[in-house]
Amino acid sequence: MTSWQNNRAARDARIAAGAGLAHGKIVESRDATRLLEAVIRPGDRVCLEGDNQKQADLLSRALLAVDLSRINDLHMVQSGVVLPEHLDLFDRGVAKRLDYAYSGPQSARIARMLFGGKIALGAVHTYLELFARYFIDLTPHVALIAAVSADREGNLFTGPNTEDTPTVVEATAFKDGVVIAQVNEIVDTVPRVDIPADRVHFIVKSDKPFFVEPLFTRDPSAITEGQILTAMLAIKGIYAPYGVQRLNHGIGFSTAAIELLLPTFGERLGLKGRIATHFALNPHPALIPAIESGWVRQIHSFGSEVGMEDYIRARSDVYFTGPDGSLRSNRAFCQTAGLYACDMFIGSTLQIDLQGNSSTITASRIAGFGGAPNMGADARGRRHPSEPWLRAGAESDPDGAALLRRGRKLVVQIGETFGDKNVPLFVEKLDAIELAEKLNLELAPIMIYGDDVTHIVTEEGVANLLLCRTAQEREQAIRGVAGYTDVGRRRDHSMVAQLRQRGVIRRPEDLGINPLDADRSLLAARSIKDLVRWSGGLYAPPSKFRNW
Amino acid sequence: MEDFSFQHNVRARAGGTRQTAIVGVVASGNLEVLVERVLPDAECALDIKTAALGFGEVWRAVIGDFVERYSPGGLRFSINDGGARPDTVSLRLAQAVRLIAENGQ
Repeated sequence: MTSWQNNRAARDARIAAGAGLAHGKIVESRDATRLLEAVIRPGDRVCLEGDNQKQADLLSRALLAVDLSRINDLHMVQSGVVLPEHLDLFDRGVAKRLDYAYSGPQSARIARMLFGGKIALGAVHTYLELFARYFIDLTPHVALIAAVSADREGNLFTGPNTEDTPTVVEATAFKDGVVIAQVNEIVDTVPRVDIPADRVHFIVKSDKPFFVEPLFTRDPSAITEGQILTAMLAIKGIYAPYGVQRLNHGIGFSTAAIELLLPTFGERLGLKGRIATHFALNPHPALIPAIESGWVRQIHSFGSEVGMEDYIRARSDVYFTGPDGSLRSNRAFCQTAGLYACDMFIGSTLQIDLQGNSSTITASRIAGFGGAPNMGADARGRRHPSEPWLRAGAESDPDGAALLRRGRKLVVQIGETFGDKNVPLFVEKLDAIELAEKLNLELAPIMIYGDDVTHIVTEEGVANLLLCRTAQEREQAIRGVAGYTDVGRRRDHSMVAQLRQRGVIRRPEDLGINPLDADRSLLAARSIKDLVRWSGGLYAPPSKFRNW
Repeated sequence: MEDFSFQHNVRARAGGTRQTAIVGVVASGNLEVLVERVLPDAECALDIKTAALGFGEVWRAVIGDFVERYSPGGLRFSINDGGARPDTVSLRLAQAVRLIAENGQ
């Protein structure tokens, strides 16, 4: 007779094998490796919660220590490859295949390991894409997650960094998988239930709190005049004319400069209440002065940010908070919000080519994408109108019938023409293409496709690609803001002049901005300490950002 | 280290009466510009000491655009560069011209 419940029986057998090490659901941390050896099978798909910020670090170390004769060739399906242990798993042979989205701090090593054949790469995904595959063809057999606290039944409190946890648990627990959580403490009653107990099979108490990276803190003291100038151009050249109220910001210094210019430069332009009111955004400390000045009405967050906890709690009108008062973040929902309910994404990249394709992947670094590809993509499933979306749609298709014409999301790449160590932002050919050729990938890892990009802003000006009618115009519009890079110096000067006449390219002087006014005194906060002051002492920056 | 010198003939004398000015700092990614009003009105000169190698063509382009735009006649610029980006160089040069264009000593 056919059995239709093999997977459930297999799950129950895994849980039974682990139960001998547990009191109820609770397993001592010294038994964590034995628990994983009991529960995991060779070749399993495992989600080792590596988020953008929060890391199940105890479980990472425990998995790294397993007996290779019992566990090997795992297929890791996790959004963030962030800890050294995440890659040690492949060096040791515990894991073989990898599907992921982001690898910021491990970008150089992951590149070496891919070239060295240590990792069999499935794909570098966007967040929503990887989460979607958790429910279709990459469903984890075992999820190893991180939470702040658990009660004895297994209800979990994730704290402000909920991030990916609900999505990972949903896909695993409801498809016959096993969920193991590391927690900082076991309590009688959790402050709020982020994950209900019946989705959690084992709890390991960690000796120290899980690692969280403060990824979204930009020290205002490091913002340059060039970044201030590009920020001024973006505010006056894009935010103001389109009236962008709902948006997402990337994590670079240029967007931090925009956040710090809203209460000063933006205020003088009379833009308060007309732009930048609703965000899909992590709790950026740089946004504190704009929030305190009454610019921002609402923010939904992918994750949290170390040091912002008390500030968020005290500003619940702005942030999403739970019954316990602390932030509730959720990466999958916030990515969806950014994709469908925001009219603009603005962020930085490492390379832009002549079609406007961009990638953060260079010859020696495979950083993955973070949130940018979903934020920075036109949502073809969008149906609700808004002024910026309709206007962008009209600019790209002026002759289309208004009632049938799709709007366009504003996808803005902002940056200085030369980045760190004078490496040019603009290139003839992306390193991502070379990488794909070397690794025999079927697709080059492109962060944002050129046909989604609507504007490029550099210190030289704003290029509006919506107004370009041919591939040649588009190329010259990009060259025309590429400054003194090789790409910029090879521009066709007469064509660039024509594009400027048509308003496709707008220079600082075309926008009434004098580059000499791009001064650090324009920043609402010029140091981390200024941000603390703006917050009324509620923002508590991590020690690495304290220099007083 | 690399050194470059550029001499240009220009349309007009730089404004103001100040004799010298200095902007910026010698630091990584930054530069210091000393400007002196010591040349005939139709000439300008720029002497560059840079920590970066291989950017001669970029310097030529940046200086060419700067001279065309600001016509800094009568000025000699001495530049100590710590590997600044071209846009930072343009900005410091413009700041130097603005400063020396003030009236005074």
